[in-house]
Amino acid sequence: MATETKGAESAGMPQLEFSTFPNQIFWLVVALIVIYFILSRVVIPRISAVLAERSGAITNDLAAAEDLKQKAVEAEQAYNQALADARAEAQKISAETRAEIQKDLDKAIAKADAEIAAKAAESEAAITEIRAGATDSIKQVAKDTAKELVAALGGKADAKSVTAAINARMKG
Amino acid sequence: MAETKQTGSTKGIGIALFAIAAILFVIGLVGTQDPGLQIHPMDQFEIKPQFGGGEIGLFTITNSTIWTFLCIAAIFALMVLGTRGRAIIPSRVQSIAEMIYGFVHKMVEDVAGKDALVFFPYIFTVFLFILFTNFLGLIPTAFTPTAQIAVTAVLAMAVFLTVTIVGFVKNGAGFLSLFWVSSAPLPLRPVLALIEVISYFVRPVSHSIRLAGNVMAGHAVLKVFAGFAGALGVFAVFPVLGVVAIYALEVLVSAIQAYVFTILTCVYLKDALHPHH
Repeated sequence: MATETKGAESAGMPQLEFSTFPNQIFWLVVALIVIYFILSRVVIPRISAVLAERSGAITNDLAAAEDLKQKAVEAEQAYNQALADARAEAQKISAETRAEIQKDLDKAIAKADAEIAAKAAESEAAITEIRAGATDSIKQVAKDTAKELVAALGGKADAKSVTAAINARMKG
Repeated sequence: MAETKQTGSTKGIGIALFAIAAILFVIGLVGTQDPGLQIHPMDQFEIKPQFGGGEIGLFTITNSTIWTFLCIAAIFALMVLGTRGRAIIPSRVQSIAEMIYGFVHKMVEDVAGKDALVFFPYIFTVFLFILFTNFLGLIPTAFTPTAQIAVTAVLAMAVFLTVTIVGFVKNGAGFLSLFWVSSAPLPLRPVLALIEVISYFVRPVSHSIRLAGNVMAGHAVLKVFAGFAGALGVFAVFPVLGVVAIYALEVLVSAIQAYVFTILTCVYLKDALHPHH
């Protein structure tokens, strides 16, 4: 070595200064023992506990999530069931009500029909009676008028033939 | 220079040698005109006592000691203070701590197997020590213990001894089947066994020098570029850009080397627990 450095005196490498070796090895061993105890007594139990706790928490949370999902599915099913039940019930009620109303309605219609028929028959009778009355009156008036006419023309009215003639006319 | 060559032939050392050669070249080129240019890229690796006294005894507090304990403080701040909330939904700091934990835990489990998890605290210790030492070493003027062969050699030897002892305790003589490649043709097996044995004993060497070499090379190159910047005046902008780029690379290398050291530890551990090919 051409330089006048201190390193040159120990052949360029202070690492090979053997007089420092016992000192270095002593402190290295001390340091390694200290680090070993820090790690094995404090750090490793602590971190492994944290990691175990974390994976436990994750597993639990996943299980809880699965559970809740199951519950949600069940709740949805129950809701749908309730909805279907309510719908069926409503249908039943409305059908019943409709039938009842129909029954009442039929009854009322029948009653009304009967009344109408009775009234119609009654009216029919009245009309028949009136018509009969009217025909008789007309016949009488026609006979009287015919007799008077015949008398006025100077003839002698034959009651029997006048009636027969009017009856024939009335028949049309 | 002869001594440095003996310590290994990894890429890291190569880069360091190249860096030193580059400095010498630049000093030779510029030094005559500008005697002020002095780049000492290796000075940063010197161990110095911090509280007086020139001698380094066994218990002397050195710059290396201080940064080692800052590393402990940083690990404590992130891993202990950062997780004190124990929150199920973590804070940002807590999630970083959990991420590092999960990263190393998964690596041990995937690479070395479930039965290697008893070694998880040990591997986690090694990973965090290297990671934080590397990162703290990137603070300007910091000292990097992982650039010291003494440190990485102890780490690697600890792994080597652990793996060897665990291998024999768990498998007895069956551990030796690691060297006996039963899937190879019979005549080749003794040769392969020899190679396997050699590679087994080279493991701690490569394991330690890979880490120290990478970290040292990066720091030395940074220092060289910084030294150029000091000498070039206005043109210092180029070495400064170089420093920025290499610094970014070093951040990456810091994490990758911690990862590499740890995953190799796991691989070796797998050999010890399941030696059958």
